[in-house]
Amino acid sequence: MSSGDPARPPRRVDRAGLVIAALLAGLAAVLVWDARGLQSAAMYGMGPEAMPVVVASGLALLAIGNFIDALRGNLPARESADPVPVVLILIGLALLIAIIGFGGGFILATSALFVTTSAAFGRRAILVDSIIALVMSTFIYLAFDRLLTLSLPAGPLERLL
Amino acid sequence: MMDTFAALAHGMAVAVQPMNLLYALIGVFLGTAVGVLPGIGPALTVALLLPVTYKLDPGGSLIMFAGIYYGGMYGGSTTAILINTPGESASMATALEGNKMAKAGRGGPALATSAIGSFVAGTIATIGLAFLAPWLVDFAVRFGPEDYFALMCVAFVTVSATFGDSPVRGLTSLFIGLTLGLVGIDKLTGQARLAFGIPELLDGVEVTTLAVGLFAVGEALYVASRRHHTEEKLEPVRGSLWMTKEDWKRSWKPWLRGTMFGFPIGALPAGGAEIPTFLSYSTEKRLTKHPEEFGKGAIEGVAGPEAANNASAAGTLVPLLTLGLPTSATAAMMLAGFQQYGLNPGPLLFAERPDLVWGLIASLFIANCMLLVLNLPLVGLWVRLLAIPQPWLYAGILVFATMGTIAAKPSVVELSMLAGFGVLGFLMRRFDFPIAPVVVGLILGPIAESQLRRALAISLGDPMTLVQSPISATLLAVALIALLAPFVMKGLGRFKANED
Repeated sequence: MSSGDPARPPRRVDRAGLVIAALLAGLAAVLVWDARGLQSAAMYGMGPEAMPVVVASGLALLAIGNFIDALRGNLPARESADPVPVVLILIGLALLIAIIGFGGGFILATSALFVTTSAAFGRRAILVDSIIALVMSTFIYLAFDRLLTLSLPAGPLERLL
Repeated sequence: MMDTFAALAHGMAVAVQPMNLLYALIGVFLGTAVGVLPGIGPALTVALLLPVTYKLDPGGSLIMFAGIYYGGMYGGSTTAILINTPGESASMATALEGNKMAKAGRGGPALATSAIGSFVAGTIATIGLAFLAPWLVDFAVRFGPEDYFALMCVAFVTVSATFGDSPVRGLTSLFIGLTLGLVGIDKLTGQARLAFGIPELLDGVEVTTLAVGLFAVGEALYVASRRHHTEEKLEPVRGSLWMTKEDWKRSWKPWLRGTMFGFPIGALPAGGAEIPTFLSYSTEKRLTKHPEEFGKGAIEGVAGPEAANNASAAGTLVPLLTLGLPTSATAAMMLAGFQQYGLNPGPLLFAERPDLVWGLIASLFIANCMLLVLNLPLVGLWVRLLAIPQPWLYAGILVFATMGTIAAKPSVVELSMLAGFGVLGFLMRRFDFPIAPVVVGLILGPIAESQLRRALAISLGDPMTLVQSPISATLLAVALIALLAPFVMKGLGRFKANED
């Protein structure tokens, strides 16, 4: 409408918004696909497959709504994002999951997460942070495992304590 | 009337047992300490501290919860005032004026008026809760399953349409939550839905995993991604901590007005402290004798919204305790706290475990008093917590966040879900989708479904049962109006924080 107005840039199609709309539509499809395998055992009223279909219909409608918003460029303005720290934290989470999964124990797992997160937020003193992380997580392990008797997974380090 | 006093007195007797006082004190202390950390709102505070209460008995745990809840609220406003990073949208108004006051060297009075205002509002609202609850319980006993279903529809609509900027994005969040709520074994027929053959998914999605993932991991990812934009600045608390006579004179009316906004709106199944804080802020701006100070640090702009925020927090406990209806992310976490002991809030709980319910209500009073006494003298300690360097702060938050999941279910699947929800939370923040409806959808979706199916089973499959009950018909009409209204009156009454 106001393409001649220099103060307002013309609205552009928001690609990320299109992806969001596609994901919602995909989620709706998954729901319907999953619901097809359910048997309606209820004599009266709704069976277990009714609610997924209702939710899927809602998601499909919302996919359309988001699609329209994206076409109109109606999404709120975003500032640029730095992917590096995000990836670093995700690596930290992956390390944590792997260490827990392979029986490395609570202390090593959370220390790995601590050091990567700290690095993601701009710290470069990995050795110092590692020591802090090990001391802190050992302390947490002792406090929660021994004092509050929560069972935290034990690995080689925990067995030494 | 007398019943309420008797019940409350009984609750007090439970709450003042030395062990329970200690639990309340620990809760208040932990709640404030965690809530004061930047980016952590009351909902996350409750989610993070849930594992701490695993091993306690239900009574003690709920009392500690009351403390954590109010402590998290106090902590959040301290952060909003001193570093202008409101942990949740309800603290936005506080940050607006409070941070300006702190910059002008009046951080002390800003903290004081927010603490005392919270105390006043919390106390009045808790009294309101104590008197409204039995009345509402009497009413709620008559609710049939179709009425509960209709009530939940109202909550779904108001929670998702009133939060955030756009009803489409709010509803999208809600439906993501509803989808997550479908995961697991269907309770009526024993069939697995959306489990994809993964045994861990049969139990469904854990509310704490979702909340901690969305709030803690998501927030950490989001802050990390935009670290290059903003440098948080901690305002030192200079000058006197105490309010002058003038400050008192300018504060007491906003406190009361804020309470009047906060409690009724919080008690409605509309949820969200955002609207009452906004109403309070704009009212104070209109009524003040010092309009020139607004935007530069007016004490009324802290006193009113803070009171409204706390009153509405107590208000959300009304539908939570009497109907089992959580209308905010924090209330959803409280419900999760009940559920870990197999307790379902609602009329039945008032009848079966009055000691628990009234003990909790009485502890709210006690927690409030403890906070008033603790908070101001300890402000130096909280400020020091705020000064933790950002890398260690977020690294520590993530360690604590994952610890809760590791302690509850140390499985690769559960931890992967936590990480996945973290990514979801990050993307939702980045694209401005509200978070709270997801949590409410997850926790209320399955309840709404089972109520609907129960209603239809009773009526032999006749859907007209939903409109034949007058309560249900009215509530469904309300839900429909609430759903359509934002599309009709687009942009009406939306609160936008002024850019700095």
